[in-house]
Amino acid sequence: MENNNNDTKENPRRKFIKNFGLTIGLGALATGGTLYVAKHIEQKKGKTVKVLTHDGQLAEVDSSQLAVMSKKEILESNQKRGFEGLRGKKWVMVIDLAKCRNARMCISACQQAHHLRPEQYHINTLMMQDSKDTKPYFMPKPCYHCDNPPCTKVCPVNATWKRSDGIVLINNERCIGCRFCMAACPYSARVFNWFEPLEVEGDDEKVYDVELNVPQKKGTITKCLFSADRLREGKLPYCVSSCPNGVYWFGDKNEDAVTNGTTGETTRFSDLIRENAGYTVHEELGTKPQVFYLPAKNRLFPFQHEGKTELDNNEHI
Amino acid sequence: MSEILSKEESKKVLSKIEEDLYSPIKKHDELSVFWLVLLITIVAVGFYAWTHQLKVGLGVTALRDYVSWGMYLGNFVFFVAVSLIGMLISSVLQLLGYKWITPITRIAEQVAIAAVALAGIIIVMDMGRPDRVLNVIKNARFASPILWDVTVITTYLTISALLLFLPLIPDLAMMSKRLTGIPKWQQNIYKILSLNWKGNQEQLRLLTNAIRILLILIIPVALSIHTVTSWLFAATLRPGWDSTIFGAYFVTGAFVAGVAAVLVVMYIYQKRYKLQDYITDKHFDMMCKLLVLTALVYLYFNINEFLVPAYKMRKMEGAHIHELFSGKFAPLFYLVMLGGLIIPIILLLFTKMRKPFPAFIIALAVLIASWFKRYLIVVPTMLHPYLPMQNVPDNFKTYVPTGTEILVTSFSIGAAILIINILAKVFPVVPVWETAHQKGVRNEDMFE
Repeated sequence: MENNNNDTKENPRRKFIKNFGLTIGLGALATGGTLYVAKHIEQKKGKTVKVLTHDGQLAEVDSSQLAVMSKKEILESNQKRGFEGLRGKKWVMVIDLAKCRNARMCISACQQAHHLRPEQYHINTLMMQDSKDTKPYFMPKPCYHCDNPPCTKVCPVNATWKRSDGIVLINNERCIGCRFCMAACPYSARVFNWFEPLEVEGDDEKVYDVELNVPQKKGTITKCLFSADRLREGKLPYCVSSCPNGVYWFGDKNEDAVTNGTTGETTRFSDLIRENAGYTVHEELGTKPQVFYLPAKNRLFPFQHEGKTELDNNEHI
Repeated sequence: MSEILSKEESKKVLSKIEEDLYSPIKKHDELSVFWLVLLITIVAVGFYAWTHQLKVGLGVTALRDYVSWGMYLGNFVFFVAVSLIGMLISSVLQLLGYKWITPITRIAEQVAIAAVALAGIIIVMDMGRPDRVLNVIKNARFASPILWDVTVITTYLTISALLLFLPLIPDLAMMSKRLTGIPKWQQNIYKILSLNWKGNQEQLRLLTNAIRILLILIIPVALSIHTVTSWLFAATLRPGWDSTIFGAYFVTGAFVAGVAAVLVVMYIYQKRYKLQDYITDKHFDMMCKLLVLTALVYLYFNINEFLVPAYKMRKMEGAHIHELFSGKFAPLFYLVMLGGLIIPIILLLFTKMRKPFPAFIIALAVLIASWFKRYLIVVPTMLHPYLPMQNVPDNFKTYVPTGTEILVTSFSIGAAILIINILAKVFPVVPVWETAHQKGVRNEDMFE
């Protein structure tokens, strides 16, 4: 008891001295630190760099503020922006079947960008014939980025989803390879990495970009992404801009404007669809595809494949 | 239950029952060693094939972008189907008060546990990234039927294991005291597992209640596992799978496969362990009648499943029907439908065919046909996508399972038989206590 009382009596003085010392010490440290940092900034001042924020805004910052992100941080930021999509956009594609002559430039541009094997198609050009009495035509088939996607519904781990700008993406960092989405997709738009992906130089170093789905991974799904990485840069998708025949129109449904990948011409989406009787494939399935076709009428290139102008019965089913 | 026997009589009957029913546990002859080695070899080779698949990729199978589900999925459906028998025999028939079912309830549970455990393993082996299997829990998305399947299958495995274990407790207590000629450690394990069972009224009441609750619980869970499994297919838009009766179609088909599986195991146990006094001709007769009943119901759903789309011949459904009835799957289709369903129904109408040996042969045919039936449900549909298969290598447009696929599948079949085999070697295949109880043996003789 006695001792305790003594302690409390002595306490205020001791406490004061202690705190005083601490304050002086910390103060000195802070001042020194500030001076040092200030000097450092002084040296680098005037050097600014332009950077792109994750929502697509261009910003100018002082280079001293920049810190190099670790691979993990880059991956996290890639995943985050990939999940959200481009604000206010609603991407749509129009494919003019009258103009397609199976040049297959779209396919090779796509396969090159996404590091795909020759038999892996994010976009494939099919020979179609609706009935025996009608003429065959070529039909480029990407993922239709349905508004009611059967594939994303069935994923058990949320590895595929539809973002706000309408793109259906796949996250191969999370995909378990159950292939339920492949079974669910009525358009066979999804592709699987049955083996180690194609060896492309530099892929080992690359941080996974969910908007490009590169590097590809063995045992996971890959699919057409409407070239989400290009859209972020304000460019047209790989397939659209590589077509030599003006087959593709691509744009934003909210703006009601689509741009032709070959001619660069921009037109109203709704007019294009209305005036040319645009349609979607297997509308009766209720998937609401966001890739529209213009019928193959007044064709620029008549159908010809390996010397044939007609298809065998089993080729188009 | 017959009358309680006199003290002397009771002891005599009990020792006879015990001698007969413990024989599988004590039996270690050359054949059983050979059989065990054979099974382990199949399992080891199959597992090695799977590690090869892991290393190279799922591309070692014949699966490609169009046929992305194949033999593994068919095999999975088969195992889920067979596992349903645990529910039908040990639950439904027992709750309905059929006494004849007692000696085969444990066989049904053995089959159920082995099948459902393997179903879970098969589906992991079919995954492209089995290393990420925990994502199913970590990133669970409950809108996906796969999540429903994972939930009900684990529940069913748990309840089935309990339904094997709980009725075993009295047997374990008896074995720990009265089964001689086994190692000391084995006896100790039985003692620990018997949870201090004394056979008094209070324990009996608790056990009966617990079992009863599980018997009721397992009915909706069992119906769910196969209904949900059918939805993995029916939830898609594909012609051939896009059917509203798929749940009932799968469940009724499952009973056919399960009854056949139990009949096969019954015959092997009866012959190998000389259990003619317990698994009698009457049991074969009754099980065969059950097989006819379930097969008739299944036939009804088959007629619905094929006749209705075949009547309309809508483009895509029509292509599917053509492929089955006159295309390249036709031989297998007729073999499965006739050999696995229609002919067995007709044959089993005759009393002679319901004797153990013919019943065994017929059940074996039905079981094998059931496996191929699942193959026919999965594969042909995948070969008929809405849009044509073009610009791909030829092996994308067909599906012939590869050696690796067959080895991995035989792993699962071998492992299921191995589980049943091990269960038969450590626990009595016919419930000892219940059998003795039904024959009027005094309780105090069993647990003294």
